[in-house]
This record gives sequence, structure tokens and C-alpha cells, in this order.
Amino acid sequence: MGVIGKLQQGLKYIILCLAALVILFPPYIIVVNAFKTKEKFFEASTMSLPDSFFYFDNFVQAFKQASIPLAFGNTATIIIVTLFFNILLGSAFCYAISRFQFRLQGILVGLFMFATIIPQITTQVVNYKTIASLGLTNNLMGPVLLYIGADIIQIYIYLQFIKNIPYELDESAMIEGASLVRIFRSIIFPLLAPATYTIIILKTISIYNDFFVPYLYLPRAQHVVVSTSLMRFFGNNSGDWQLISAAILIIMIPTAVMYLFLQRYIFSGVTSGAVK
Amino acid sequence: MLSKLSFQTQKKVILICFITIPLLLLFTFAYYPALELLRLSFMKWNGVSANKEWIGFANYVEVFSNPDIFGVFKHNFAYFVVGIIQNMLALFFAVILNTKLRGRNGFRLLLFLPYILNGVAVAYLFGYVYDTTNGSLNALLGSLGFEQLSQTSWLGNKDFVNYTLASVGLWRFMGFNMVIYLGALQSIPSDLYEAASIDGANAWQKFSKITLPNIYKIIELNLFLTVTGALEVFDLPFVLTKGGPAGASETFVMKIIETAFQFNNYGLASAMSVVLLLFVVIVLSIQRYLLSRGDD
Repeated sequence: MGVIGKLQQGLKYIILCLAALVILFPPYIIVVNAFKTKEKFFEASTMSLPDSFFYFDNFVQAFKQASIPLAFGNTATIIIVTLFFNILLGSAFCYAISRFQFRLQGILVGLFMFATIIPQITTQVVNYKTIASLGLTNNLMGPVLLYIGADIIQIYIYLQFIKNIPYELDESAMIEGASLVRIFRSIIFPLLAPATYTIIILKTISIYNDFFVPYLYLPRAQHVVVSTSLMRFFGNNSGDWQLISAAILIIMIPTAVMYLFLQRYIFSGVTSGAVK
Repeated sequence: MLSKLSFQTQKKVILICFITIPLLLLFTFAYYPALELLRLSFMKWNGVSANKEWIGFANYVEVFSNPDIFGVFKHNFAYFVVGIIQNMLALFFAVILNTKLRGRNGFRLLLFLPYILNGVAVAYLFGYVYDTTNGSLNALLGSLGFEQLSQTSWLGNKDFVNYTLASVGLWRFMGFNMVIYLGALQSIPSDLYEAASIDGANAWQKFSKITLPNIYKIIELNLFLTVTGALEVFDLPFVLTKGGPAGASETFVMKIIETAFQFNNYGLASAMSVVLLLFVVIVLSIQRYLLSRGDD
């Protein structure tokens, strides 16, 4: 490598490190302040390190005041029920629609694909009335129904995937005398596993991070979810940044950890989800 | 038991069982609301009472003539401008990370990290960074010697509050665009670059003559995501500034929610939703048209 090549390489690292600093600066501030006592917070600079990283009072208080256990429980309930139906309905639908020839087939796929261009955020005025008329506002199942019904990314992902499973598999199973339901259950669904994992990851992240739907549909304290718990906590403690920092950390850590372990799936899922 | 039936009958049973519910959901939560919005947009309705009064295009006239409503798109414009910068940065970093570089996976991991963090948490994270008195940005500026600048009220100045907010969006979504660009860059066959090197092409020539034409569609896709994203901004200003100071950071979606759920003016809110829906549909239709034209 020549001198110019080395200079270029060095420049790249400098730029990347600058970017890394910009990315890490806000979280760094939160981390150092979450471990400070109230006195330390007011006397020292916001950027200084805390006396000890074993001071957990802020976390304990945030945990109680922001009803973190309740919020995580509600969020988990919503995610699990949504995923169950998303996967069941999505995979079954895609099996039926892509394995059999029938009239209206093209139109049905088209209807689903066309619906992807209707942004959900614009239809909330009407969807709110629909959910209310079903008696599902102030009910965890309201958001669940919206996540199942209004978001159709799972159908898109399954449709892409099922195309690559050879139809000969279905045919030889039929010759063996398997029923179509059995073929779906024992052959197609297991082979769709990578798509299912992608859907689980993408949906978990998007529901965990969603604020709009829970804010609109679950205003009561007993239905607080992760996003709204932080907002309530902030409202009650504004200015006490050492407390808020602890609450922010508690909320950010689960997806960050998930990301570290599942990065490969997340990258491929995000790319395929965006290029729909 | 099912296997006793002929495959034809099974097929019919499965089609009906597997398709009915998703189809029902699709109509209830996608097509019905779109049509109902259109109908309500011609009505005067408070959301509760039984009588809805047909008032023709009055709601639309209100949307387009009242600067308090349509003028709000000016605030969304800031997100569009910053979104363009975000895309340029994303492409730049994607190109850098697509070269041979030690630790490039680590950098990719780090630059994408903000995207998967909780949006409300990110909003408050920056609430702290941009805070006037306790904020870490002003503390940083002060310690670097920019006394004047370190007094700035980043979220309290109506002239640039939207750009401050949009910069949070840049921090959060740049890595997302970058990963999409990176995926596209990796699919360009490397022998193209090798051949160009043999012919004596420099880095810029390779970028403009090989890279750009090959990822043209992905740039387009990212730009459209930027436009629709800018039109639909809600969480960030809602959480961080509540639309303040004095409504300077209100976005169009915030206006819709306020009109419907606080002022109970469902007719007007529906008309606003239809306008937003049309904007997004137009943008996406242009995108799909351009993409499908490229396929032929």
C-alpha cells in the first residue's frame, strides 16, 4: 500500500471514529448520570463520571415510579399475542394463496400489496372509532388487533419466502397421502422458519418501540406500556435528569441486547422489509 | 380425517379457512378506513352525536386556506431537508464500510444501533442533550470555549426548533439508510471494480461510473422513504416539545390527532387525513412507477 493509500485509510478511520463519537455521546451522558446521586448531579459537570457505578438508587426509584414491571408485562402480552396471530394467520394465508390456482388469486395478492401504500398513521381517526365500537379501547387487545390487522409486513415476507420452497415437496407428500393441512403444518411451516424468525424480530422491535398506538388506545395507568411509562415518568420528574437517565437506560437496554445477539437477522430483515 | 376428502374439497376448505380472516382484517383496517375517511371528510361531525351534516368541500377549503393547518407542512419541510443530508451521509458511510477495513463490522453495528432503540427513550435522550441549562451539548460547547453558543435554547427557538428535532431523526435513522445502501453495494460484482482499476480509473470515477448507476434504485427508494417519513413525523416533536414553542414544532399528524381527539372535529380531521394520505400515495405511486419502469 502506498503513502496515499495509507493516508486514505487513516482518513477513513478518523471519519468513522468521529461518527462513532456522535453516536455514543448521548448514551454516554445518560450512562454516567444514571449512577450519580442527586447532590453529585447538581455540583458536577454533566459529562463527568459518577463516584461509583454501583449506586443503583436511581434505577430502583425509576423501576418503582415508572411501573416498569407492569409496563414490561403489558408490552410482552401485546407482543406475544400479536406474534402468535401474525404468524398463524400470515403463514396460513400465504400457503393458501400461493400454493393453489384459483380465480381471484391475482386480485387478492394485489389487494394486499396495494394496501401497503395506505399509511396507518392517516387512518387512525377511523380506526379509533372501529376499535371503540368493538369495546377495545382501554384494553390490551385493541392495539393487538391493530397490529394484526393493519400491518401486513408478515404477509409480504412470507410470500417472498414461500416462492422459494419447491412445489415438488407438496406433490410428493400428496402422493404419500398427506392431507393439505398436514402438508402445511409439517412441511411448509417448518421450512418457513427463517421468515418466521425475521417476522418475530421485526415485529418485536416495532411494537416495543411504538408510541403512537398505545398513547392513543391505552390512556389508563393500568395499561401502561414501555413507551408510555417513560413519558409518564418524565412528566412527574422533569428536571431530575439522573432519575430520567436511569429510566431511559432501563427501557433502551432490552432491544440493544437483542440487537447484539441477533444482528445478522436484524440486518437482513430490515433490508428485506424496506425494499418491499 | 381430512385426508379422506379429495384434494379438490380440501383445497376449497383451506382456501376459505385460511383466507377469510386476513381478508376481513384487511378490509376492516385498511380499505374501510380509507373510504370512511373520504366520506367523513365531507361531513361536520363531533365524533359522538348521531347526526352528521353534509357540508361538501368546506373541510377541504378549511385545510387549504387556513394557514394554521396547511402551513404546518413548513415544519415538516425541515425533516425533509435534514433527511436529504441524512441520505448523503448514509451513502458516504456505506461506501466507506464497503471497502476493506479492519473493524468495519463493529462500525456498522454501532452506526445502526440508534435505529433499534425505543423512540421515546431516544427523544428524552436528546431532551437531555439539548437542554438549555443542564444540557450536555451546551456543556460541551462551553468547555470548548464557545461561551455565546453554549447559551442556545436548542428546543426553545422557533426559528430552528424543527431542525434541532430533525437532527435527532438523523441520529436515529442514518444507520438504517446506510444498511440499505450497504446491502445494495455488496450486490455489485467486484470484478467491475477490478476491471476499472486495470483501466486506470480513480476512486471518484469508480464511484460515479459504477457505484451510482448500480444503486440508483436504492437511492430512489431511500429518498422516497425520507419524503414519506418527513410527512408522517409524530413521536419526536410530540414527546419532546409538545409542538412548542408556541406551536412552532407542530407537525401535520399532530394537528390531525389534536383536531380529532381534542377538538372533536372529526370531519376536518378526516379531510386532513385524506390530504396526507393522497400526498403519500402520490409519492409512493411515482416511486413504484419509476421502479417498474426500470425493470423492463
